[in-house]
Amino acid sequence: MKRFEYIRALEPQQAVMFATPKESSFIAGGTNLLDLMKFEIETPRKLVDITRLNLEQVETTAEGGLRIGALVTNSDLAAHPVVTSGYPVLSRAMLAGASGQLRNKATTGGNLLQRTRCYYFYQPDSPCNKRNPGSGCPAINGENRRLAILGTSEDCIAQHPSDMAVAMRLLDATIETLKADGTTRQIPIKDFYCLPKDTPNIETVLETGELITHIVLPAPVKGMHTYDKVRDRASYAFALVSCAAVINVNSQGKLDTVRLAFGGIGSKPWRNEAVEALLTGTDGNLDIITQAADLLLKDAKGYGQNDFKIPLTRRLLKQVIQRALASKGA
Amino acid sequence: MSLLDPVLEAVLPSEPTKKLTMDDAVDSLFDETASQLVGKPINRVDGSLKVSGQAPYTAEFYLEGQVYGVLVGATITKGKVKDIDSRSVEAIPGIIKVVTDPKHFLRNAQQGGEKKAPTQGVTEVFYHGQPIAAVIAETFEAATEGAKALKVTYKDETEDAVIDFDSALVDAHPVNEAKGSDKNHKQGDPEQGLIDSEVSFDQVYHTPSQSNSPMEPHATLAHWEGDKLIMYTANQMLASCKQQVADALNLDKDNVQLIARYVGGGFGSKLGIAPESIAAAISAKELKRPVLIVMSRPQVMESTVRRSDTRQRIAIGCDKNGIINTFIHNTVTSNLPGESFFEPTALSTHYLYRGENRQVDYQMVDVNKVLSGSMRAPGEAVGLIAVECAMDELAIQLDIDPIELRRRNEPEQDPSKDIPFSTRQLIACMEKGAEQFGWEKRNKTPASRLEGDWWLGIGMAGVARGNKLKLSEARATLQVDDSKTLGVKAIIETDMTDIGTGSYTVFTQVAADLLGLPVDHIEMKLGDTSFPPAVGSGGSMGAASSGSSIYLACQQLREMLADKVGLYPDTIQLHNGQISKVGEHEPTVTEAVIESGKKVATELVEKLVEKTQVSIPESVSNILPESQEVKQNRYDFSHSQSHSLADIIGQYEDQKLSAKGQIEPGNNEKSHRQASFGANFAEVAVHRVTGEIRVKRMTGVFAAGRILNHKTATSQCYGGMVFGIGSALMEEVIHDKHDGRLCNHDLSEYHIPVNADVPQLDVILLEEDDPYTNPMHIKGIGETAISGAAAAIANAVYNAVGIRIRDFPITLDKLIDQLPD
Repeated sequence: MKRFEYIRALEPQQAVMFATPKESSFIAGGTNLLDLMKFEIETPRKLVDITRLNLEQVETTAEGGLRIGALVTNSDLAAHPVVTSGYPVLSRAMLAGASGQLRNKATTGGNLLQRTRCYYFYQPDSPCNKRNPGSGCPAINGENRRLAILGTSEDCIAQHPSDMAVAMRLLDATIETLKADGTTRQIPIKDFYCLPKDTPNIETVLETGELITHIVLPAPVKGMHTYDKVRDRASYAFALVSCAAVINVNSQGKLDTVRLAFGGIGSKPWRNEAVEALLTGTDGNLDIITQAADLLLKDAKGYGQNDFKIPLTRRLLKQVIQRALASKGA
Repeated sequence: MSLLDPVLEAVLPSEPTKKLTMDDAVDSLFDETASQLVGKPINRVDGSLKVSGQAPYTAEFYLEGQVYGVLVGATITKGKVKDIDSRSVEAIPGIIKVVTDPKHFLRNAQQGGEKKAPTQGVTEVFYHGQPIAAVIAETFEAATEGAKALKVTYKDETEDAVIDFDSALVDAHPVNEAKGSDKNHKQGDPEQGLIDSEVSFDQVYHTPSQSNSPMEPHATLAHWEGDKLIMYTANQMLASCKQQVADALNLDKDNVQLIARYVGGGFGSKLGIAPESIAAAISAKELKRPVLIVMSRPQVMESTVRRSDTRQRIAIGCDKNGIINTFIHNTVTSNLPGESFFEPTALSTHYLYRGENRQVDYQMVDVNKVLSGSMRAPGEAVGLIAVECAMDELAIQLDIDPIELRRRNEPEQDPSKDIPFSTRQLIACMEKGAEQFGWEKRNKTPASRLEGDWWLGIGMAGVARGNKLKLSEARATLQVDDSKTLGVKAIIETDMTDIGTGSYTVFTQVAADLLGLPVDHIEMKLGDTSFPPAVGSGGSMGAASSGSSIYLACQQLREMLADKVGLYPDTIQLHNGQISKVGEHEPTVTEAVIESGKKVATELVEKLVEKTQVSIPESVSNILPESQEVKQNRYDFSHSQSHSLADIIGQYEDQKLSAKGQIEPGNNEKSHRQASFGANFAEVAVHRVTGEIRVKRMTGVFAAGRILNHKTATSQCYGGMVFGIGSALMEEVIHDKHDGRLCNHDLSEYHIPVNADVPQLDVILLEEDDPYTNPMHIKGIGETAISGAAAAIANAVYNAVGIRIRDFPITLDKLIDQLPD
């Protein structure tokens, strides 16, 4: 770990002011950042502690949604009564992530920014275009069992590791930020993450020194909320494939709401609205599910070890749709 | 050693020592003690110290003026170190020195029990992460920063490195049998036997490299007192490691002291010294300050020990009733160039099942990966994956119940050596397990039980793990101590370690039981080479070997006390700090002759004195034997009278009485095949859609001789079964096939079971008494339960979904294309 300066901010304006030098980082729970610093993958010269910014509130909005402070811990948010009743998919996704200890520390804002778990990214003496642009990607022909099949590029096939972000993407969250110049902005989550293309080091649209202050959810979406996470062990493992879903089946047995977002397969939390549109209004028969899977995976590319994610995603998609239909029937 | 030492040794009275060589069956005193403490599930005597942070581990010691070192690992997989530029870290505040000693630094860790240093010299790089230097600083943080910043120039030959085991198989070469823990073996005509058999089975199994990764990382705090090197070090076997350190640094072994009071696990990776030890010693010498080097988790994985990957061919020939005539077990393992350790996968293949044609053959490939060495149950842990999956496959092929197939192949004696088993309860364990687990509920048709989204299946595997005994010594001292309620305590000293297994506890029970003292009157002093040498913790032989030496030291004390109070050793009872007499002595013929001789001699002298009126000089009377009759008069044991141990010990010089015990293996290991046996049962669920595998429950039944403590033994078995879950479903050290780095070098990425993966585990320990193993009649238990555990799970996966995976671990990507609808 490199030596760094540490300063604690007491309000958001102060935090962004403190963070003006280019090589500054905000730190809240630190569950990912501290590891990255120990391995010298991130080497901020200055850490701005934002844990005292008083951003721990969960408030309902005038539109019937929820405004979540960036510092609300994963544990608190997952257990919040409004979340468990109105947004159970979010609660389930968060509880599927990490471990109890990590969830107690990890914050909502920080979780959105956690970085990939590609082995090569985590070892500074290895080439990695995300960590060291232009150095190459050993994962493409190397150990890529867990890496992405969608949204990848010739330079990077890293997967986004978050469970929570998948549910946030599903729920159309908006990210509120405070910029270094004191202005604020609202970024829809669909625009928040960048594809790797030839700049895999740029992961979000956040500008230098821009602070996430809140995450805003629209009013709850009616339907069956599920989060399926396929992983190598029962806990404390990143998703091989995960699927967040809100599905509503009407009295005629038709799918009148279909929302699907996937983790583990994409370079960012993966949602394809065209797939949802294809399924919406249908009875979810096997043909239509197959078509939906084909569409979802149209551009999917396996890199050898992660080829299995393609059939696995198909199987999971089918399971999620059929289970929603069956539960309505029952 | 001075020239005088042997002379002094011969002249000075040596410490009373009870020696025992296991050449025959022996009785055990445990059958006769008053407290019957041995076996009871008492709590760990060091438990409260550990949970309150008062049990000091290596990295927690602090010596005045100590500094901190961090190892620097090579970032190439093959090649040479051209230059280490220490100026590159000079500017970092707190950096003291970059220590390099290309000749003496350890290339890799040492194996267990070796007396020589491991391979030394680090100019040439053989694997990614090979330690090549140590950065020493005033703080751990500065040393860490320095280690990352240090500029090293290499001649990089990684392109020529051998990394991929499978593609290296063509270059497999014979092993050095002389240095292995198993040997090639051939009897009958195995290949022909296979051809001639009515039914034959021939398959290949692969197991990956695994990482020991004990919870406590490898660490050494080294300091010098003049020429003497003192090392606090995380180590399993101190006596042999001391010799390795002495050899590595060219020191007299009397000038090396190793201390490891508490060790946070080892699983074999701490059997020998690891690179941080010598680096710390050299740094401490150069800087004239104590140096602490603690490995990081990635360093533990990259530069200590791994279990070798294996390719195992199992071929079995039998008749249509399943009676086996041929058993072939050929293995290829891997290690660093020049290393002779090979994973002895077929250790139990020699004797597990019947068959007149038998072949065990080992080959190995040289690879540029971290040293392969012992990891929990080296041999059986992965060997029985192949053997016991093969038996399951054969049973299915023959349409015979897997337990019945094993029953039909139960040998009357060791089929390789034609010697009897000391004890063998394989069938009893399987039958008990079958009953307890509900084996009869198994549907022999795979993929026939679907509950919700999960396919359920059950499987079993036989268990065997060789039992061993090694030379060990201990000292027992009874000493007056007014702070103890009974006024006396016992101190036990041996350089045996407790690596979390419960040595402190079970040895306390042994001593307390034999000396008739409560548990809190025993002071157990372990983990310091200034105490008598023991084999250490490894190979499931620590409790038997070191425990027996403690037993013998206590037995010696009992005999000395008996002599003191004028009783025969077989009539004394020690209980609650009192000596009393029980039963009557039955003299042996020899004793009767000696006793009458003593009487005659005494009478003769008395008569001589009477007649000549010349008094016998004191020097002569002192050497006259006291007959038992005379001694009996000193202590009255009539009417069940007892005497306080404190009073008796109080009469000795310094108010203490001390003796040593020494055990060594003997003819019994040649005359009898000794092993612990058992059976593992598992029920698994395989997700219909995703192929995820979850273990639902496991039952293990084990017979391992007398059990010293049912609680710690059961915990050992739980641990072994949990290891089995990891081995079957998760564990795999991944080396990048191109540049040789260890990709998943921490416990986030190297998967072992977490709590949610471990279901209800049931452990049953069958009663057993084995007089051939040691005077305690115990056998190794620590590595028994892991053996066969993974195979039971793999067999259950087959039963659940009808898919046979022979390439471990069994992960969902290997099932997904074949899952039943």
